[in-house]
Amino acid sequence: MATAVMTTLDPNSRSAARGMSDLTIRNLFIIPTIVFLIVFNIFPLIYSLGYSFTDFRASSPAAANFVGLQNYRELLNDPFIWSNFAITAKYVIVSVVGQVIVGFGVALLLNRDIPLKGLLTTLLLLPMMLSMAVVGLFWKLLYDPSFGIINYTLGLGSFEWLSNPDMALYAVAITDIWMWSPFVMLLSLAGLSAVPKHLYEAAAIDRAGSFYTFFRITLPLVAPILMIAIIFRTMEAFKTFDLAYILTSQPTTEVISIRLYKMAFQEWQTGRSCALAYIVLIMILAITNIYVKYLNKVKER
Amino acid sequence: MRKTMTSMLAGIGLVLACGTSVYAQDKELTIFWAEWDPANYLQELVNLYEAESGVKVTVETTPWPDFQTKAFTEFNAKGSAYDMVVGDSQWIGAASEAGHYVDLTDFFNKHNLKEVMAPATVKYYAEYPSNSGKYWSIPAEGDAVGWSYRKDWFEDPKEMEAFKAKYGYDLGIPKDWKQLRDIAEFFHRPDEKRYGVAIYTDNSYDALVMGVENAIFSFGGELGDYASYKVDGIINSEQNVKALEAYKELYSFTPPGWAKSFFIEDNQAITENLAAMSMNYFAFFPALINEASNPNAKATGFFANPPGPNGDQFAALGGQGISVISYSQNQEEAMKFLEWFIKEDTQKKWAELGGYTASAKVLESPEFQNATPYNKAFYETMFKVKDFWATPEYAELLIQMNQRVYPYITGNQGTAKEVLDSLAADWNATFKKYNRVK
Repeated sequence: MATAVMTTLDPNSRSAARGMSDLTIRNLFIIPTIVFLIVFNIFPLIYSLGYSFTDFRASSPAAANFVGLQNYRELLNDPFIWSNFAITAKYVIVSVVGQVIVGFGVALLLNRDIPLKGLLTTLLLLPMMLSMAVVGLFWKLLYDPSFGIINYTLGLGSFEWLSNPDMALYAVAITDIWMWSPFVMLLSLAGLSAVPKHLYEAAAIDRAGSFYTFFRITLPLVAPILMIAIIFRTMEAFKTFDLAYILTSQPTTEVISIRLYKMAFQEWQTGRSCALAYIVLIMILAITNIYVKYLNKVKER
Repeated sequence: MRKTMTSMLAGIGLVLACGTSVYAQDKELTIFWAEWDPANYLQELVNLYEAESGVKVTVETTPWPDFQTKAFTEFNAKGSAYDMVVGDSQWIGAASEAGHYVDLTDFFNKHNLKEVMAPATVKYYAEYPSNSGKYWSIPAEGDAVGWSYRKDWFEDPKEMEAFKAKYGYDLGIPKDWKQLRDIAEFFHRPDEKRYGVAIYTDNSYDALVMGVENAIFSFGGELGDYASYKVDGIINSEQNVKALEAYKELYSFTPPGWAKSFFIEDNQAITENLAAMSMNYFAFFPALINEASNPNAKATGFFANPPGPNGDQFAALGGQGISVISYSQNQEEAMKFLEWFIKEDTQKKWAELGGYTASAKVLESPEFQNATPYNKAFYETMFKVKDFWATPEYAELLIQMNQRVYPYITGNQGTAKEVLDSLAADWNATFKKYNRVK
């Protein structure tokens, strides 16, 4: 079936002159990728599943003992782990909602004929091109209570963004919103520009208000692509490590990936950390599935 | 085309062959340590060894927060990238039980290092298990927590008068933790952007725990019984509750945003005119007497961790010993280097360069004690130090202590008693898990 959809090799091409068939060329491109995936993704994934049922510690020469579901049982009964999950959920909600509002809002503003639109769009994309570590380090300076420009500009005196346990998570989320709203903006812009102009013209002839036009025409047509942006950002936000790790060390910002890192590479509880990684994986899969189902529904509409 | 390829391959082969033979002839040693000034001093010291022996020694460094992770990742992979490591004192149990460190007991006994090095450094940097007579490291960089303070603020007549009027005794170097608290409160003036004290609060590794240990040990408390692993009634003792409350109170006199501070921030508190007193390891004090890095160098004084309410005076131990890594392919060469390193002349040179020697003779010499304004305080402190657990599961214990203590100190969560009771339960569960207690 796959070969049927492939275009035929040009008989005058260099590949054809070397006696390569379509199938050979296809394999040349696909096999390395599949091997890479198996060696670096699938194999560790299965191997770590095995470890998650043992008390293996990579720091110790002692052999791993099979402990059954003990790691999973203990992790799911650990109040600290649940608090890490609650922090992560709060972070995902604040960060993704913020990104969608800001990103979609900016896309709406840019979706019209304005001078220097191309340059503006490119400049707005810059934050997401930066490294997470760099963004973390300079936002730490921006938030500084003594000399940070944020407090200076907003006239907040020496407000402690990162040291205040109640505020720190929001501060990390604000940084994430700043960095990743452009991603939502870019996808929304693509969706918005694909909305047929004649629908707006018809709505204008029918004297539809701007709210009505937005909720009945713009949003439903952009929704599928916006959902894709939300899926990507939710998965990324769930896995956030760098920003939260660099900006602050408050227990209120210890998202699940930071706890996982500490368990795996500071405490060297390899078996237990594999179990935690699997719990996280299952949660991400479940959330993504809900989104994908919803996305399909939106598309059907 | 084929000819070109063949000659290119031959060329690459030749280069590789030459490279390998040159590598085989040169003797090279790599020492792994954290990125800080003492590592630079060590590089200067080992350059002398290269001049004497022809063996090139490189000190490779990594930032402090990654040091433990990077070192143990290399150990666990049985990597031979490093021949020696200047590892933290609490690693010794984990590294020796897992077979990462070469047993140096014979070397230790042959050179009588138990007498040559200061007793606390032998106990905490070299020996594991406690009192077993088995040694895994050579004490290299002695270190402990001390205090720096602004002499000009302390000696200002107006301040002295106001202080005496308020507290009823003379303003000076604090004689106990109560005075430390009073002075911190006195100088804490947020309106003037001046604050009382700078303490360790970073919970990503051992900073906060070290800071709290200073209070606990000086209040007469202990973390637990290191021999029997008993913690209940020890870590949550009455003294420790008071000590934790005292540390929390000090936190209220720190500059704004002081919830993730370690050695860099604590030195900045002095250089940037932020705080009257600052807690830090002695290893970071050379930067404070250098006018290039501290505009207040002339006005900076130093003192040892003051005694607690019952007169107990201890400090949290820092510092490291140098160990040979089991997976090194140059172990013999590394042992020769250690023989040179423990010589008295080398230790003297080490101290002159800025390293904190653990050699008892050098520490006791007047030249050493008068060399800097803080060496005497260092010498006194090194005989009253205590350390964290050195068991293989120390990292779990450390994280549990951070998890319990940090929200209380910086976030007002719970009471000191509740925090320490929970910590005792956490530690007990951990020791049970590793069959240390029944």
